[in-house]
Amino acid sequence: MQLIKPDINIDFIGKRKIALVISLVLLLAGAASLIGHGGPHYGIDFAGGTLVQVQFEQQTDAREITAALTDLELGTPVVQRFGEEMNEFLIRVERTTGELQGVSSDITATLEQTYGAGQVEVRRVEMVGPQVGKDLRNKGMLAIFYAMLGILAYISWRFEFRFAIGAIIALAHDVLITLGMFSLFAKEIDLPIIAAFLAIIGYSLNDTIIVYDRIRENMGKHNKESFIFILNRSINETLSRTIITSGTTLLVVLSLFVLGGGVIHNFAFAMLVGVLVGTYSSIFVASPLLLIWQKKAAKPA
Amino acid sequence: MSNSLNIRGLVVLFCLLLSLFALVPTMMRGDVPTWWPETFGPIQLGLDLQGGMHLVLGVDVDKAVESRVDTIIDQTDIRLREQDIIYKRIERRQGDRLVIQVYDEEEGRKVDALMTEEFPALEPATMTGAGGYIEKHYRLSDDEIENIKDYAVSQALETMRNRVDQFGVSEPTLQRQTGNRILIQLPGVDDPDRAISLLGKTARLEFKMVDETANIQDALAGQLPEGTELLYERNVNRATGAESETPLVVSTQTVLTGDLLADADVRIDTRFNEPYVSIDFNAVGARRFDQITAANVGRRMAIVLDDTVYSAPVIRERISGGSAQISGSFTSQQATDLAIVLRAGSLPAPVEILENRTVGPSLGQDSIDSGIKSIWVGALLVLVIIIIYYQLSGLIAIAALTMNLFFIAAMLSMFGATLTLPGLAGIVLTVGMAVDANVLIFERIREELALGRAPKLSIESGYSKAFSTIIDANLTTLLAALVLFQFGTGPVRGFAVTLSIGIIASLFTAIFVSRFIFDFFLKNRNVKRLSI
Repeated sequence: MQLIKPDINIDFIGKRKIALVISLVLLLAGAASLIGHGGPHYGIDFAGGTLVQVQFEQQTDAREITAALTDLELGTPVVQRFGEEMNEFLIRVERTTGELQGVSSDITATLEQTYGAGQVEVRRVEMVGPQVGKDLRNKGMLAIFYAMLGILAYISWRFEFRFAIGAIIALAHDVLITLGMFSLFAKEIDLPIIAAFLAIIGYSLNDTIIVYDRIRENMGKHNKESFIFILNRSINETLSRTIITSGTTLLVVLSLFVLGGGVIHNFAFAMLVGVLVGTYSSIFVASPLLLIWQKKAAKPA
Repeated sequence: MSNSLNIRGLVVLFCLLLSLFALVPTMMRGDVPTWWPETFGPIQLGLDLQGGMHLVLGVDVDKAVESRVDTIIDQTDIRLREQDIIYKRIERRQGDRLVIQVYDEEEGRKVDALMTEEFPALEPATMTGAGGYIEKHYRLSDDEIENIKDYAVSQALETMRNRVDQFGVSEPTLQRQTGNRILIQLPGVDDPDRAISLLGKTARLEFKMVDETANIQDALAGQLPEGTELLYERNVNRATGAESETPLVVSTQTVLTGDLLADADVRIDTRFNEPYVSIDFNAVGARRFDQITAANVGRRMAIVLDDTVYSAPVIRERISGGSAQISGSFTSQQATDLAIVLRAGSLPAPVEILENRTVGPSLGQDSIDSGIKSIWVGALLVLVIIIIYYQLSGLIAIAALTMNLFFIAAMLSMFGATLTLPGLAGIVLTVGMAVDANVLIFERIREELALGRAPKLSIESGYSKAFSTIIDANLTTLLAALVLFQFGTGPVRGFAVTLSIGIIASLFTAIFVSRFIFDFFLKNRNVKRLSI
């Protein structure tokens, strides 16, 4: 079976202006949302705070829980329904305490008063002090930064420097758009999401390298042809592979998103956005970027 | 050619057998001879998957320095009195500074002489304080402060390890982290509150004399006689179980501490049928306890644990046996825990919780179940598409992918790596890349076939042309994974580990194993058409 005819010839590079507009719209929408919310919406891993996941025996809703907690004076607790389970909730408060009997036991005790002992099961407690949160954020950022440097060096060595620049810009493009989508959909960024961002970087990089690899090969094969021709030809030749791989990966991520359960849900959301944007960017961002460089290099001559 | 095929077959077979060998303890938990899991342990699940507690505790090292200065002050106080040196006041300032106020220079010189003899490590300085008194300042050197802080953290770690051992958690992890932090992981703990209070309790046991002459009302108003402090005694009403507090004025001087304990045990008081903690002093402690009780018959002695008075009995007679009891209407669990912390020793400084992640075992199981379900569904979908799209060759890819997962699991077991949720994400990514590697190869083979080449030749050049692409894509990702492993923390590391392992496994299966299967089936056949 074949989806893509071997002699397919779509002018991808010719549509680079449209692609630029699409990318800019996505980036600006994300940026506007980020600015509007005053930066990324950090989860307790990075902002510090206490999170308690509670399962109730009886039916209840977020408003009842918030009402039950008002006496504790915890600031404004954020109460969210968790996953598809109807009676499971996440309660998040900003306050943390280094004391041994923490905020979480206060919350549990108060809830048991309202709902009755044994009606409330605490399934997860996370407390991250503000200092640890800051450390985790810095370390996460630093890790990504060093990873990017390493990638830059490797691609410069295996290809050319402009390929490395193109790949890094495409990566930044993907991560920024995903970050923007998280802000637009009001999703929190915590440590597992950083892992998802890393996976997106890995995936997008893989995709970009495969197109670049074909470009490198065709530059040797068709050295008489224009660079635009080479780019288009390379993208078309790898198109079948791009569609199959992205399609299968999307299916896996989609099944994680739908069936993976609450903890994986946001992770899969990031991956979903990342795979789509990553595939798009390899064709419409990473490849045309090489062209800009080519033109600039050609002008003085 | 046929020879190389045999060798490659042997390599694949060897890897399969080795993996099977490594995975047996994981698959048949407990039903294998003990040497087996000792060689290749079962795959360990992270706390997010199996449930348990992850704690980061910060040791308040400044308090350790302060308490060191306080000890020096106590000793100096005694020496000054012994040598009849006249001084106005001795106190601690700014945490690490000891100040002795004297009236004239002659006494000051005596103080200096005493201090250089007793505590040569202190850095002296002389200043004129308020009211024209001469102030002798002594400061711990920076090196000394570092030592005290460092010792406090390692001491705290040691004490907590003792406590955890007595608490009875299987395979706990206690590690010292950068600075003054201690990481503790307790898999499968079912009572997190109890674990926290056991680990975090300073458990500083002190015996102090009660000052009966002081007026409690004045004390509550903040007017305390010199050398005393206000503490609260914890009372439990036996009938209702309600707790209350009674203020008590005690001498600041500690006559005896829990450092001199030899043992602590839970006993049952037959009068009220309630548990108490019986403590035995070591030889030094027993002698001192004997002296103190002899000198203070008829007075009350407060038993203070972490600044709360548990009881303040009247000393009726000299006690020379070297044992005492702490009663305070404990529940039997409270008494057990108190005995544990007293046996394990006190923490050198208070600790605070910087990070606490507790996952209940039921949530962990739910996460595994839904995670595995979603991976199965995803894998099945991929399987169907690959077979529809690449037919018989698709089957080869599926075989290679299955082996890939098998090898990843085996390597997790061999390296003793821990599988976490982000780790599962890493596996999903590598499976995606392994599919991609196969797709790349097959597409290349199709291109070669489209050029009219023979099947065998097409496979040969398909693999060799896809090779550099696959290597570049995988090595770049591997590089990123290694960097993340080096610089990342917790979840990022879990992701990096499975990603690295997965890339190695998928390179091997996609390039080596699937090629072997192709060659094996085409060995003695002259195939006209390739099912791809």
